[in-house]
Amino acid sequence: MSETTAPASTGLPTATRDGVGASPLRPDGALKATGEFAYSSDMWTEDMLWGATLRSPHPHARLLGVDTAAALALPGVHAVLTHEDVPGEKRYGLEYADQPVLAFGKVRYKGEPVAIVAADHPETARRALDRIRVDYEVLEPVSDPLRAAFDPDCPLVHEEGSVPDDGRHRRGGNLARHQPVRTGAFAEGATVEELRARADVVVTGSYEVGMQDQAFLGPESGLAVPAEDGGVDLYVATQWLHVDQGQIAPCLGLAPDKVRLALAGVGGAFGAREDLSMQVHACLLALRARRPVKIVYNREESFLGHVHRHPARMEYEHGATGDGALLYAVARIVLDGGAYTSTTPAVVGVAASMGVGPYAIPNVRVDAYGVYTTNPPCGAMRGFGAVQACFGYESQMDALAARLGAHPVDLRVANALAQGSRVITGQRIDAPLPMAEMLLRARDAPMPPGRSALPDPADPRTLPGGVSATVLGEGVVRGVGYAVGMKNLCFSEGFDDYSTARVRLESVGGGPAVTVHTAAAEVGQGLVTVQGQIARTELGVERVTVLPADTRVGSAGSSSASRQTYMTGGAVKAACEAVRERVLALARERGPVPPGARLSLSGGAVVSASGDVLVPLAELLDGSPVEETREYHHRATRMVDPVNGQGDSHVQFGMCVHRAVVDVDVELGLVKVVEMTAVQDVGRAVHPQQLVGQIQGATAQGVGLALMEEVQVADGVIRNPSFTDYLIPTVLDTPPMRIDVLECPDPAAPYGLRGAGEPGTLSSTPAVAAAVRAATGRALTRVPIRPEDIVGLPAPRRRR
Amino acid sequence: MEFLSPATWEEALAAKSERPDAVPIMGGTDVMVEINFDRRRPPALIDLTRVPGLREWRADGDGVRLGAGVPYTGIVDALGGAAPALAAAARSVASPQIRNRGSVGGNLGGASPAGDAHPPLLATDAVVELASVGGVRRVPAREFYLGPRRTARRDDELIAAVLLPAPAGPQRFAKVGTRNAMVIAVVSFALALDARSRTVGTGIGSAGPTPLRAPGAEEFAAAEFDWEGGAPLPESAVHRFGELVAAAARPIDDVRGSAGYRRHALAVLARRALARAAADYREGGARCA
Repeated sequence: MSETTAPASTGLPTATRDGVGASPLRPDGALKATGEFAYSSDMWTEDMLWGATLRSPHPHARLLGVDTAAALALPGVHAVLTHEDVPGEKRYGLEYADQPVLAFGKVRYKGEPVAIVAADHPETARRALDRIRVDYEVLEPVSDPLRAAFDPDCPLVHEEGSVPDDGRHRRGGNLARHQPVRTGAFAEGATVEELRARADVVVTGSYEVGMQDQAFLGPESGLAVPAEDGGVDLYVATQWLHVDQGQIAPCLGLAPDKVRLALAGVGGAFGAREDLSMQVHACLLALRARRPVKIVYNREESFLGHVHRHPARMEYEHGATGDGALLYAVARIVLDGGAYTSTTPAVVGVAASMGVGPYAIPNVRVDAYGVYTTNPPCGAMRGFGAVQACFGYESQMDALAARLGAHPVDLRVANALAQGSRVITGQRIDAPLPMAEMLLRARDAPMPPGRSALPDPADPRTLPGGVSATVLGEGVVRGVGYAVGMKNLCFSEGFDDYSTARVRLESVGGGPAVTVHTAAAEVGQGLVTVQGQIARTELGVERVTVLPADTRVGSAGSSSASRQTYMTGGAVKAACEAVRERVLALARERGPVPPGARLSLSGGAVVSASGDVLVPLAELLDGSPVEETREYHHRATRMVDPVNGQGDSHVQFGMCVHRAVVDVDVELGLVKVVEMTAVQDVGRAVHPQQLVGQIQGATAQGVGLALMEEVQVADGVIRNPSFTDYLIPTVLDTPPMRIDVLECPDPAAPYGLRGAGEPGTLSSTPAVAAAVRAATGRALTRVPIRPEDIVGLPAPRRRR
Repeated sequence: MEFLSPATWEEALAAKSERPDAVPIMGGTDVMVEINFDRRRPPALIDLTRVPGLREWRADGDGVRLGAGVPYTGIVDALGGAAPALAAAARSVASPQIRNRGSVGGNLGGASPAGDAHPPLLATDAVVELASVGGVRRVPAREFYLGPRRTARRDDELIAAVLLPAPAGPQRFAKVGTRNAMVIAVVSFALALDARSRTVGTGIGSAGPTPLRAPGAEEFAAAEFDWEGGAPLPESAVHRFGELVAAAARPIDDVRGSAGYRRHALAVLARRALARAAADYREGGARCA
């Protein structure tokens, strides 16, 4: 059903199969499809114990006392631990160490870990939890992010001094970060009124984005094994082994080299595994009980156990001249970070710098806020602050187009950024950005057939409501919508998220073989496949083994920010180049190589410029393997200015354009997405098939946010912590997709590639919302769009 | 937790008599979810999967006797003609894997107001067959649902079967969910026209503490309907029918939708069902009646 424009050939030597630009099978593919893949929750050792976590039933309470005696007395229980048993640092965190390993003083969200238990059976562990007595003094939850942000009388979630204030980007109160951006007249102190007076058309809007969950299928789980040297070996599903290690070791009071991590089978991540969950708990229990301890969350606990996408409340105003040129934009974006900091400051940085989208706007005033509340903590999720803003600015662009009587694509093209333009932080876009072309390609793609052209126009699977057979097709209205989003790729704002790779080339059993070792987390995205491809291309050897990721090699950074193919791919490439240099030197030294000849590696041999085999690698390397380790750093970035938001804070920009076609049952408020068209520039398609999978997945996740995915929170309590009531798109909700991949290389990036995992999550949601608006005529200022919103009824009241 | 695994129906009834607090389990699509989420810790389970006959259906007079354990997949495959509304409801249940295990007996045992089977059973006047060591009794579905998750089944009884009357006219089922498959009903509605008795049956799901009927709507439609020719009903009558169905609901706001939307959607489903049933009646009236 899906149509894909295959990227062009790579232009690299082709004597070695399955290199860069090919689409080799992924090694974990068949195992995952057949259910044989070992995920972290499948781990088992002979003598292991089961860990379990007692969590706060209150979103906000003073913790008066924890009595574990009755739990400890239960036969089969080997350890019951509270904050008093944490030997080292009592708190951890990605940006600030503000999250308690186990609560002390106060609990700040419902589900916060208070005590942990290890027992010889999961049922025994559960019973032990029931026997722990906790005294709470319940406090009023701080659940309204706007009040938390702007009402000076609002109680503080964190007592003054308990979270570091840098006096610049964080200045106390309930704000984790406030990031302003001021350009043009706003930088000179102009008021909105002054700019409004100069505009011919002004549109304003209030928008809301609900709390999306990453909804990975493999719950948080890991196995901690105490080691003879007093340390611990942790096998865990995570996104970044070294940042876990760097947070776990201080809490355990151990040196980092005593805390060794290995990646266990990861069942999806999408940002939710960037923060710690059960890691420190399992290690504490294993070290105390002197037995291996496994912790596996169930689905409900998983919803409590990881951060979600920040829900957003946004106010926008755009002014334009009568011919459709944008004059100014004003945005206030409030992101509810929940109880702990996690990555909220970085998410605010993205929301601010990407706050008005990829448009040339001479005068901009953005204020992005990250707020502490006693709601569930929020942090990293695919799109990372840019998703929320994109729904706001793209809704505004549609409203402006409607006011001007312009086609939504034409208005966007007229104001599009391009290579050489500056984003609102003042940073110049120095790589290709074919935004206008991408928009036109999305608009001009063939439309899906109308209902009457279907083989069976009344097949419920093609209709809103699906197999529930609510409609035969009468009163179903089609709508089309467009959106574009721009996302910074790799870590920003001065963060040096380098990656390390160790590559070994040797002769094994009479043939050349490559071993690649990194700590990069394969979270399902296909990075293991890509590492192998790069090694094949660079070393001309088909036999490549990618070792399991662990902390015996240097950091590879996080599997997030669309960065791994760029960064770990770059590190593997650099290590391969170093290996190649040594191998060629060896060939010159030992082999019958004409002096001064240009050599390369291909087909398992050293070859001349004309392709003649000079010496087989197996022969050259017999008994003398070549191994090199390299770190790869992207170009330096810097923190934006705390007052005007100016500065070159980003490494690279990614963009995707979506066209959504939907059918809406306007009476019932149900939607069927008929087709999604995505146009994305990826610089270079390293693995075209996996790449298309990323864009399809991003699109589906955006469709989910547009129409159904929301963690519903009332007074700090998640009301739908299950896949029964947190709905993600099924196959009947995931439409055929037309994916159009452009390859305009970024000269600064390995192979010219551009991170591809995230951009599609930005534009998919507003494109669907725009299409539903087109079908219904309703304003629809909130996602997910509920049936109530489409039929014009009040939203359900949230009750605990 | 005790696990009882009777090999025969008699053993199962004896077990339930001895342990009235034991929870029967067959497909496990409800019971296991509750146990896994720690919402329920029954002192004992009676595994009925070894009991012969529960997964079978057979003709029973004009109608069908549907074993309590016939999975939804079996209903979809075999009973589209004998029980159209129930078959349509079965098609909308969850996912293929769950349809392979879940059964009407489980829906009746759990008695969640959101169970997809309830509205067709109400609309078609099906009968629930309950059994205990003391004997068998038959309770109309319309008298089965007493309160939130409370039914006419006594603690010592097991649900043996459901008796589905032969259709005597068109039947319709539809449910609203916020995604296009594998969704729990926000609201559902079943309609059955009975040309022999010239009555209209309704069933409402997910819009009250129990599955509900809309008696006022049933009487109104029976009186308005052209039982001779199935002439299209006037717009106003169809509209009134929708209002009466919506008025019979007792919905609340919850995570799946608002009370107001549930009433609204019920009215839409009821209007569409009646209009379509009338059209079906015109097209195939002679055959169905």
